Amino acid sequence: MQVKKEWTPLIVAFCCNWCSYAGADLSGTNRLQYPANVKIIRIPCSCRLNPMFILRAFQRGADGVILCGCHPGDCHYSTGNYYARRRMTLLFSMLDFLGIERGRTRVEWVSAAEGAKFAETMNDFVKTITELGENKKLEDLRCRE
Amino acid sequence: MQGVKEKALELLSSGKVQRVLGWKTGEFFYDLTPAVFESTAEIESDFVYNVFSGANLSKYLIKESKKEGKIAVFLKPCDSFSFVQLQKEHRINRENIYAVGVQCDGKCDGESLRALGLEGLLSVDGEETLTVHTLYGDKTIEKKDALLGKCKTCKSKKIASFDEIIGEQGEDLESGRFEEIKKLEAMTPDERFSFWQGELSKCIRCNACRNVCPACSCEKCVFDNPASGVQNKAVADSFEEKLFHIIRAFHVTARCTDCGECSRVCPQNIPLHLLNRKFIKDINELYGTYQAGADMQSRPPLMDFSFDDPECSEVLAKGGNGK
Repeated sequence: MQVKKEWTPLIVAFCCNWCSYAGADLSGTNRLQYPANVKIIRIPCSCRLNPMFILRAFQRGADGVILCGCHPGDCHYSTGNYYARRRMTLLFSMLDFLGIERGRTRVEWVSAAEGAKFAETMNDFVKTITELGENKKLEDLRCRE
Repeated sequence: MQGVKEKALELLSSGKVQRVLGWKTGEFFYDLTPAVFESTAEIESDFVYNVFSGANLSKYLIKESKKEGKIAVFLKPCDSFSFVQLQKEHRINRENIYAVGVQCDGKCDGESLRALGLEGLLSVDGEETLTVHTLYGDKTIEKKDALLGKCKTCKSKKIASFDEIIGEQGEDLESGRFEEIKKLEAMTPDERFSFWQGELSKCIRCNACRNVCPACSCEKCVFDNPASGVQNKAVADSFEEKLFHIIRAFHVTARCTDCGECSRVCPQNIPLHLLNRKFIKDINELYGTYQAGADMQSRPPLMDFSFDDPECSEVLAKGGNGK
């Protein structure tokens, strides 16, 4: 019989190539600690994030999903993050409407120079998710081990 | 409403149009189905316009308007918004269409009659006061008691675009259509979750809501992708319904005119329009009031932005929107 492993949160962080991914890199080179539960997926721009990606992440066992992009006004493609902001606001409001804990989703703007902010954000997010516990409302039992 | 069939006959026989898009009786007398008529004989025998003509015809124009020759279409106020939205998205060829606006004071269907306890339906007469003939005798009801869900919260009697109108042009109404949304928003997250779990788990993935929706007209749909993992008909996992319904509603955000067809056609009576309405309510409150299909010029909110849009974290920190 398989012994059930102790639960540790799994966080998927979608980071835009130009700011937040570089911000994550900077926090690494600065040797700032953030939990290993955070798995980073690099995307070309925050507005590349298809709402399906977020739901898929939850389906495959993520307990929290965070989108990091350039600060409004700093988008590499000028306006991508403004569109992402509207979309994600509506989508996350909808998830809340369906009764899914609103702490599980987040949008943060992290620039390439904000390594400290990246580490801080991730520490805080992992803490929130640990308190919320396992993702039960958007899980797919078929994807469980 | 008098004159709709006559208008169809007149348009076709005068040669103004080559085809007419209207309604004919489907499987049951209360089950009117959209149909294309090519001859006056067909119209004489099959064309029906009555209290059951609830179906929105605008989506059929995507295919029909690309064929040769002109087609006449009958549009109720709610259908006319979809019609404008489709024009705005360049989905239909306006030159090939002769649009006849038909004023409407609400439609019924078999379900809404059965909800009043009427069984064994045989036929229905009347316009405002309906005489329902059933196996167990006749009964007289007021139409306003047997309206479709979408008609109870009718948002507008205005016909947004037309070449000619039957009846009077109407005005926007105070519909109170967001009352149900407010009720849900006032619940706790767990209550909301069990409400939606209960509703969405009835879904049999028949795709009727997607197929009927005038805003949902991509030629290739994400849900038709065999690798998408959401092709199962049977209820495989509760996640699948949620994914389907969230994405379905999200893909028509800011383009949904709130015509209510999704809920009307749902064989499981899931209140799908509530998901679309939640998006409409959020858009109205966060980015300014917007009615899709009201005009040809305005930019849809998700194809637009402003520098001082509220941050996602602010909206969520308030406890979601609306609180």
